[in-house]
Amino acid sequence: MNSSQINKIKNLGFKSFAIVCTFLGLVVLAVLLYVVFSQGLSRIDWDFITSLPSRRASSAGIYTALFGMVWILVLTVIIAFPIGMAAGIYLQEYGKKNWFTNFIEVNIANLAGVPSIIYGILGLELFGRVLGLGNSILTGALTLSLLILPIIIVSTREAIKAVPKSLREASYGLGATKWQTISNVVLPSAFGGIMTGLILAISRAIGETAPLIVIGALVYVPFVPEGPMDEFTVLTIQIFNWVTRPQAGFVTNAAAAIIILLMFTFMMNGIAVLIRSRYNKKTKF
Amino acid sequence: MLKFKEKAIESFLILCSLVTVFTTLGIVLVLATESVRFFQEVSIVEFFTGTEWTPLFAEKRFGILPLVCGTLLTTVIAIAVALPLGLTIAIYLNEYAHPKFTAFVKPTLEVLAAVPTVVYGFFALTFVTPLLQSFIPNLSGFNALSAGLVMGVMIIPYISSLSEDALRAVPKSLREAAYGMGSTRLQTAFRVMVPAASSGIIVSVILAISRAIGETMIVAVAAGQEPRLTLNPIHSIETITTYIVQVSMGDVPRNSLEYSTIFSAGITLFIFTFILNNVSFFIKKKFQQKYE
Amino acid sequence: MYKLEARSVNLYYGEKHALKNISMAIEANTVTAFIGPSGCGKSTFLRCFNRMNDLIDNVKITGDILIDGRNVYKSKIDVDEHRKKIGMVFQKPNPFPKNIYENVAYGLRIKGVNNKAVLDEAVERSLKQAALWEEVKDDLKKSALSLSGGQQQRLCIARAMAVEPSVILMDEPASALDPISTSKIEDLIYELKSKYTIVIVTHNMQQAARISDKTAFFYLGELIEYNQTATMFTNPSKEQTQNYITGRFG
Repeated sequence: MNSSQINKIKNLGFKSFAIVCTFLGLVVLAVLLYVVFSQGLSRIDWDFITSLPSRRASSAGIYTALFGMVWILVLTVIIAFPIGMAAGIYLQEYGKKNWFTNFIEVNIANLAGVPSIIYGILGLELFGRVLGLGNSILTGALTLSLLILPIIIVSTREAIKAVPKSLREASYGLGATKWQTISNVVLPSAFGGIMTGLILAISRAIGETAPLIVIGALVYVPFVPEGPMDEFTVLTIQIFNWVTRPQAGFVTNAAAAIIILLMFTFMMNGIAVLIRSRYNKKTKF
Repeated sequence: MLKFKEKAIESFLILCSLVTVFTTLGIVLVLATESVRFFQEVSIVEFFTGTEWTPLFAEKRFGILPLVCGTLLTTVIAIAVALPLGLTIAIYLNEYAHPKFTAFVKPTLEVLAAVPTVVYGFFALTFVTPLLQSFIPNLSGFNALSAGLVMGVMIIPYISSLSEDALRAVPKSLREAAYGMGSTRLQTAFRVMVPAASSGIIVSVILAISRAIGETMIVAVAAGQEPRLTLNPIHSIETITTYIVQVSMGDVPRNSLEYSTIFSAGITLFIFTFILNNVSFFIKKKFQQKYE
Repeated sequence: MYKLEARSVNLYYGEKHALKNISMAIEANTVTAFIGPSGCGKSTFLRCFNRMNDLIDNVKITGDILIDGRNVYKSKIDVDEHRKKIGMVFQKPNPFPKNIYENVAYGLRIKGVNNKAVLDEAVERSLKQAALWEEVKDDLKKSALSLSGGQQQRLCIARAMAVEPSVILMDEPASALDPISTSKIEDLIYELKSKYTIVIVTHNMQQAARISDKTAFFYLGELIEYNQTATMFTNPSKEQTQNYITGRFG
């Protein structure tokens, strides 16, 4: 066999291996979904969704966890979106290339890599203890807000960066001030990109567990929270709790709750993909 | 009036940017001050060299090594899965696959990173561990192996997507030069493209390592809560992150020495990831300059 | 008094000396063409008149630019207000991703004009001036991005005229357009002369010869020659100009 034939065989060998690798990831995903659905799907009914938690697996539900999650998400959105977008706008449109913006940039890159559990420790001390908010919904939302801030800032910047310079110039050329240009031209043009980032940030917040455990979110909450200062639990913590119980019934419950959780996660990601593709089609400059 | 409004808006925007600075400051301050209190009672030498971690027991030992060991063990297993797979996928998508196939597979693989980690924990504990036990009979119900493997799958897209981006950024002319000299695709990929994209690939691996070290829920669910200084992955171990969860969920009284261990564990974790993040950021900045 | 006047203008991009001691005067209601090879500074100079170079970091300008005798680089001047008096049309059509009506109304809206009758009137007048009215009057609510390139560029001209500036700066307005759209734009420029002072940067020497009253030739950041267009193209006084317009370089 000459070297060219050997090379061909190597090439083919790698190609086959690579295809196996590529599908392995997808197969694991498929198996995961199958395992979850086969165990949990039959457990989902209206009672499961509207029942309070219980010591008996068969009568336990996710009612309070769902409400807790919605509370947390709504507050997180209200807190994190304006701050994240504002910071993204500042860094992309106002920040000159100097040590200050450079420093903020390094800082954000760093924050994006800080493990989420560390945010939990920050939330526990800063919001829970120093500001005296305890283990309330507000503490949870503030903590998650800080956690998703880097995601929002980075995606806002990327979206704004994609707006052509010529549009800004047209606006400045007509005598618009900086903020008029940003609010009337730049932000509407970047809307799709910004929304995509925001939705992915929500998706991230939905899936978080560790920081909320650390700030002291409860496992057992027998009432629906009525205000931001109430104690709470969320779907992920409920799942964590059920997974770690020895009785088989709770594992089924966990699988069922995971199906609901994945529905939210995939819905968010689907919406993001949808917005991205629609927006890409609509505004070709 | 208009000018005033402009100034006011700009000030508000700066203020919002500063929130990120205060966040970092907050993290460092919280971890540092609480750790200082901790180290007033526990010797720093014992902390870093002790081989037993038993703060919640009657006889308290504060050696962080078992937790660090557990963290590194699961991380190494995860990277051992994710690096070859992720890199191979990246090369395949960039060099071999049809662009339409790439356009479909890349976002689909990224779904792996979007699945909440507690779901992976469930998968590792209730499916992967029992599956592995049929091959490895003395595999513990909680173990580093299964958690590490599943974590590896989770971080595949971190390596595959970022490496693919890096490979794609290599100028086309380089690849054409390689083909022009009669290289096979495989040779082009490994001898020209991968070296040319090496800094981007390294960044992706470092980020994946940082992600694995900080990962909490998979290990908290599936790897156990037994701090153990071992490199044998079939045992139950405990990672730094799991320990923090364990204390947070227990009824350890606040202001106690036991409680303050989460801050010393936290600062250890933070330092690890902080170094990794900055190394990757530094490489990325240098890399950008090279290509622009 | 001249409409526009530059007195020893120097411009630096960081270390690079991009405009070298340029002085020129432009009379009202004329069309002036700036020609020269790429990178000669003609667009940069054009952008001095409405201070668009302020948007680029690291630019330093010395000398005076006067409009109606007022120095626009005096620190007291309000840049945004100043730009409202000078219309600008860019190389590539750059309509905002809004509908046709809102594009034209943009300049008035940012001035705080929201009266529908006033806006309607301005939109119609500007679109008519830009010779676009007949083509779009029935679908003013359509996205501006759905127009053809030539229509988009005329829309951009209408947008610049809606705020009734006295000067219009055009930075290679026809370079991205097909020949038919180009001739429409040229006709338009000719008609607009009676109301506006127009300065146009162009790569195309025939275009300069066809539409302008005076022509300025730039080379390597210097103003080489500035004269009546007819004189310039038939009997240039400098050898460099001669070489350029006969196509020996550039």
